[in-house]
Amino acid sequence: MCPTLNNIPVGCNALVKKINASGIKKRRLLDLGLVPGTKVEAVGRSPLGDPTAYNIRGAVIALRNEEASMVQVSKLGN
Amino acid sequence: MGLTYQSTGTAAFREEAFNFSADDKQPVIALAGNPNTGKSTLFNLLTGLRQHTGNWPGKTVLQSKGSFIHQGIKYTVVDLPGTYSLLANSIEEQVARDFICFAKPDVTVVVVDATCLERNLNFVLQVMEITNKVVVCVNLIDEARRKKIQVHTDKLRKMLGVPVASTAANIGEGIPKLLDLVSKVVFDKLKPKPVQIKYDKEIEEAVSKLEPKVIEALGSELNSRWVALRLLEGDTTLIQSLENYYGKQHLQTLQEVLA
Repeated sequence: MCPTLNNIPVGCNALVKKINASGIKKRRLLDLGLVPGTKVEAVGRSPLGDPTAYNIRGAVIALRNEEASMVQVSKLGN
Repeated sequence: MGLTYQSTGTAAFREEAFNFSADDKQPVIALAGNPNTGKSTLFNLLTGLRQHTGNWPGKTVLQSKGSFIHQGIKYTVVDLPGTYSLLANSIEEQVARDFICFAKPDVTVVVVDATCLERNLNFVLQVMEITNKVVVCVNLIDEARRKKIQVHTDKLRKMLGVPVASTAANIGEGIPKLLDLVSKVVFDKLKPKPVQIKYDKEIEEAVSKLEPKVIEALGSELNSRWVALRLLEGDTTLIQSLENYYGKQHLQTLQEVLA
């Protein structure tokens, strides 16, 4: 089973595999820079666990679990 | 909406829909780009104003307007909200898109961050799909130098097909060159030829079927290819904006096609 972006622990890197969404939702994630092959780092989680901040191609962007769970990734470790 | 584009023409249309005052016959420059690329720094440098970056009240672009004089010609500059895309997922994106699309600035300067070009170029492509009149401003070049990043502006210009200038707006570096390119594009001395993105065969076929209908409904005012692509994507916010700016009657044929 491929993990999704919301499962990546803070401080860890992951590689985007696939976006499990369609239409405008998918396009939005792609526009944020989450295209397959992109390295993403989870940089911080808010106290309640949602949203989480990710470093995506040089910009730190916060995503909700709902959005991050649509992003299939492979773990890269620290 | 009482006035529509067809009944008034660009200047009056801009005035009504985007709060431009009537005596604005001067060229309009829009600054667009990702958040934190220095659009407002550039804006402040050009206009001498101290516009605060950030919040955007609703749909108005009134607050972000300023002007400057370059070689005896007065230009109006509009500082658009920073967005990662032009697909109108949020109010900011819609403001930016509607302005580029409907207010038709004489030049859209896309400000990009030299230190992470890769993430910025997606936005450049989106703007280039809407309008030909694009100048790319590779900003934060001083920051890039510090990080030992070299930007080959000449290569970038050839690949994109639009003029490219590198600047450091915080210290004023590269601004004369940028303004030179901007004025050349405004007065058609330089005609950018943005690369056009080719999509899959299926999409291209659908576009070629839809495009004539778009032209039929809207005339050549808008980039028909772009409108067709958005319609295929099922972008409802664009239909709404089209209704707002052009009036419902022009869209009936389009609605029929889509139905």
